[in-house]
Amino acid sequence: MRVLGFLLLAAATPAAAQTALPPAELANRQLSDPRREAQARALMEEIRCLVCAGQSIADSDADMAGDMRALVRERIAAGESPGKVRDWLIARYGDAVSYDPPWSWRSAPLWIAPLIVLAFGLWLARGLFRRRR
Amino acid sequence: MRRWALWLPLAFFAVVLAVVGYGLVRPPDEPLRSHLVGQRLPAFSLPAALPGRPTVTGAATGEPRLINIFASWCVPCIAEAPQLLQLEAAGARIDAIAIRDTPADIARFLDRHGDPFAAIGRDDASKVQLALGSAGVPETFVVDGNGVIRHQHLGNITEEDVPVLLAELEKAR
Repeated sequence: MRVLGFLLLAAATPAAAQTALPPAELANRQLSDPRREAQARALMEEIRCLVCAGQSIADSDADMAGDMRALVRERIAAGESPGKVRDWLIARYGDAVSYDPPWSWRSAPLWIAPLIVLAFGLWLARGLFRRRR
Repeated sequence: MRRWALWLPLAFFAVVLAVVGYGLVRPPDEPLRSHLVGQRLPAFSLPAALPGRPTVTGAATGEPRLINIFASWCVPCIAEAPQLLQLEAAGARIDAIAIRDTPADIARFLDRHGDPFAAIGRDDASKVQLALGSAGVPETFVVDGNGVIRHQHLGNITEEDVPVLLAELEKAR
């Protein structure tokens, strides 16, 4: 009975996947070179999963995210730089595929606004303290 | 310092609150469009999905065609099957890329829902799908005779999309 239970459990895992095929080889297997694996890992955390809102491909269990992890690992294992892999994805999906959008006039307010707000706060505080004296 | 300046931080906070609130209630973004529309298809070749049937490649074919990205496990693909048959009956050449699929499942799907495809390739690790900038199934690309992507249709093809795609094919001629 117990053996049967284990067999059922073993059979249940693939059935839960969305598609019939097993995940790509490098979707869940680390690269043997730890330096390259670290590079790939850092990039995966910064690439958006296309079919799941708000998750990176490192976080997501979606089949497509697995295929994207495999793509990142394969290219980095082949000696491509993480920046080049990222550019390849951005050329196809636009800046939205990255959680670290490159500098452009559209993304500029993201970076500049906090500095402006901080400067304004300092100016405001200075005025208030000066008046107290 | 002027009195009104004291209210500025509060006003600014209200603006931030409004922006964040809008972001929360706004409907989610539509799926990502491929940035390759207007560019040449990347070179690719895929194994044939079914024995004895031709496969799809990225090479220029001389004639406009549709490249349909589908899968037997994809429910909206069933919904668009009649429209694909309609497009084929109207003279469109339709090549297909089956995403993460097995030959047996593909054959069963085509048996059940119709087979409008001139060629079918198997994309087991979504590699060609990613190279095309496609973000899901189903999707349909209009490719002209020189192999340039002219139009991308996101999601399943409905009754109203059929004349649109036929017009895009005509424009690509």
